[in-house]
Amino acid sequence: MSAVAAVSRRQFIATGGALVVGFALAPHGALAQDRPAPLPGSLNTNRMLDGWLRIDPNGTVTILTGKIELGQGIGTALSQIAADELDVDLARIQVVSGDTARTPNEGQTAGSLSVEQSGTALRFACAEARDVLVSAAAVKLGVPAPELKVSDGTLMAPGGATATYWELAGSADLKREATAKAKPKPASEHRWVGHSVPRRDIPKKFTGGAAYVQDIRLPGMVFGRVVRPPSPGAELLSVEEAAVRRMPGVVAVVRDGNFLAVAAAREEQAIRAREALKTSARWKETAALPPDGDALYVHLMGLPVPGQTVAEKTSAAAAAPTKTLEALYTRPYQCHASMGPSCAVAQWQEGKLVVWTHSQGVFPLRAELAKVFDMRPQEIRCIHAEGAGCYGHNGADDVALDAALLARATGERPVKLQWMRDDEFAWEPYGSAMVMKLSGGIDRQGNVVTWSHELWSHSHSTRPGASAGVNLLAARHLATPRPLVPSADVPQPSGGSDRNAIPLYDFPNVRVVKHYIAEAPLRTSALRTLGGYANVFALESFVDELAGAAGADPVEFRLRHVKDSRARAVIEAAAQRAGWRPNARGDGARGRGFAFARYKNLACYCATAADVELDRKTGLVRVARVVAAVDAGQIVNPDGVINQIEGGIIQSTSWTLKESVRFDRTRVTTRSWADYPILRFSEVPEVEVVLLDQPSERFLGVGEGAQGPTAAAIANALANAAGRRLRALPFTPERVKRALI
Amino acid sequence: MASYTLRVNGKTVSVSVEPSTPLLYVLRNDLELNGPKFGCGLAQCGACTVLMDGKPVRSCVTPVAAAAKAQVTTIEGLGTLERLHPLQRAFIEEQACQCGYCGNGMVMSAKALLDRNPGPSELEIKRALDGHLCRCASHNRIVRAVQRAAREMRP
Repeated sequence: MSAVAAVSRRQFIATGGALVVGFALAPHGALAQDRPAPLPGSLNTNRMLDGWLRIDPNGTVTILTGKIELGQGIGTALSQIAADELDVDLARIQVVSGDTARTPNEGQTAGSLSVEQSGTALRFACAEARDVLVSAAAVKLGVPAPELKVSDGTLMAPGGATATYWELAGSADLKREATAKAKPKPASEHRWVGHSVPRRDIPKKFTGGAAYVQDIRLPGMVFGRVVRPPSPGAELLSVEEAAVRRMPGVVAVVRDGNFLAVAAAREEQAIRAREALKTSARWKETAALPPDGDALYVHLMGLPVPGQTVAEKTSAAAAAPTKTLEALYTRPYQCHASMGPSCAVAQWQEGKLVVWTHSQGVFPLRAELAKVFDMRPQEIRCIHAEGAGCYGHNGADDVALDAALLARATGERPVKLQWMRDDEFAWEPYGSAMVMKLSGGIDRQGNVVTWSHELWSHSHSTRPGASAGVNLLAARHLATPRPLVPSADVPQPSGGSDRNAIPLYDFPNVRVVKHYIAEAPLRTSALRTLGGYANVFALESFVDELAGAAGADPVEFRLRHVKDSRARAVIEAAAQRAGWRPNARGDGARGRGFAFARYKNLACYCATAADVELDRKTGLVRVARVVAAVDAGQIVNPDGVINQIEGGIIQSTSWTLKESVRFDRTRVTTRSWADYPILRFSEVPEVEVVLLDQPSERFLGVGEGAQGPTAAAIANALANAAGRRLRALPFTPERVKRALI
Repeated sequence: MASYTLRVNGKTVSVSVEPSTPLLYVLRNDLELNGPKFGCGLAQCGACTVLMDGKPVRSCVTPVAAAAKAQVTTIEGLGTLERLHPLQRAFIEEQACQCGYCGNGMVMSAKALLDRNPGPSELEIKRALDGHLCRCASHNRIVRAVQRAAREMRP
């Protein structure tokens, strides 16, 4: 999460008004008299109507968004919102997204905030644009505006006279600041929102269309590859550049400090040249990595990083606990492991730089490229083109700098640079390893009276813009390295390392403490949910442990401790759909588990029930079925929501059962899919999703809602099956055999 | 450099490249076909899958020399936006992807499966696709898409 995104999120909360906490936490400056009136969503930071949409005389509407498509279907969802507010057919909507020369700056596409921020902005901007167009038509047709009816961009007066948006495009002035005074439509009048409209990006993806940055071909383009150091901190002593320059097709070799890259006329030539450089390069390496395995967690907890209190609540009225428990949960470093290694195309012309990138934030990327090249941001244009799914901050931004550095050596010829598989595994920023120490107590009635959650974690946000330094990988490898400034943790209420560490349950005494370890020998950043996955895994596992101590059914125990009616509704719906049987015990080989969270304690509500099967001979855990119930507020595209939740459940199943980055004291040893197995077809659970639509509620982000609850439901199901609990992720057969059988 | 005559999607084309050049780069860069994707270069993920004489192969590790005598089919050779192959239509109708980067390989291996087994069971579909990785986790939709296509293709 960049600072930009963090600010706009706070402002969104403030303007939404629904969350008084968010408002109260805003800095005092936000309330200063000279600030313009707050506007909804990203309208607040991009206030001109024509920044959001354009009516084209050819009968189309172009919407402009700073949020980008990463396979989550955002282009389709935003089109649905715009079409409804404007009263035009969905087919008329064109989408331009993530282009520093054309679109609003909405920071990062992250945090499951795109519909909340961009969707809300477009909703109000389009409603207001419709008013402007209706007023212009009223003047033209000489009738009062309220008498005009709009259908697919045609305005009709009671007498039958008509005008169209397309005729009015020239005269209707959208070059004005938004007021957000035009009221968006109620859900009952929506024609597109609330329906499973097919995604607009999918047909080209199954017919060989140019759908990705990898598919960009420019005249004179050459192919680039980068030669990364063998380990973090390694120094390049020597490399045989001259011999590689003579290899077939090689156009340029760039060596700048520890940054090494090559461009060639053909892609396979660039790959061969990369191999040759790798073979001849001599590096000085240092053993700077932490210990792997269980020792890693001891190491993290032993670092001299004081705890900071994240939340504290005390109630003198609560009874003293009659039974207390304590448990330690761990999560290893995990990869984004995008299917397509990161890629960018860069071209320098007359001292200006254009980069085609699958970055999640083209504006923050531009700002950091400007720092590296000592240019004004206006001299750089970053244009988004889709990449393979990224699930957070992977190598997307880094490869953009790699391509730009290499393209300086190819004249004005554009360079397409794609990382190799090992570049991605070894150098993407990982989801941080974490330790969660939970303790709590129950009273005589079996109610929770004390709760403590203490965690250790590195950063979950080192994206471009997250700190004052340059957060691009190659910047630290250059002969004149750009300073790396450790980033601060993402603050509450959304939280970073402590995301979802504050329980939503009504426990009378709560203490949440984080040890935020800013210095990280292995690079870490935002992986889907940030700290939420591990914190929910721990929190919801420990709820089950306390329920067990109280002799209570896990679902009943949760309902007993939560008042929020929307939370209760998803818990009840998931239990019902799963056919939950209270107090059912596993039989040693099969078990069922339950979990709940509201993502960030701010976004969608999600409850899950998982069925697992344990092979006692091999230690293999199979997740047979996961049921989820979700409340995402008003749903724009139900199938889109289901797709996100299904994907989140299965991806989290993979994280939970299989995934951890391996390394020795010097090098990352995870280099290919053989070293980093993920869930395969034969291992994928059956998934059912129940949507609790709330058409009168505001949008709640959904892309990261299921991951935490899925992990905890699997952990609880495994404990239910085996009668003993595993608290260390992932649940590999070796670990399961060692701990449970 | 050597010259190769390839038969790709029913057309005959000539390219002049090193014999060890992976077929993938010839398809993507010389023939400008976007379908096959670079995913790993190690035959581990399946994103680069094409058919050679009807059999799925990983084009990232198949030397162009080995493809010279075969009929090569890429996803572009199955159908177009205007005339979709039933598998392409089924993947679109089932919305069987998020990012879609793996989709090419899924469709191509499913094509080979349905050609040899027009009515596969769910298990047979999962087995046929087990060597293909999908990170967005659209697996269940992909299985449904193959089942839908199988239904539609049945005479």
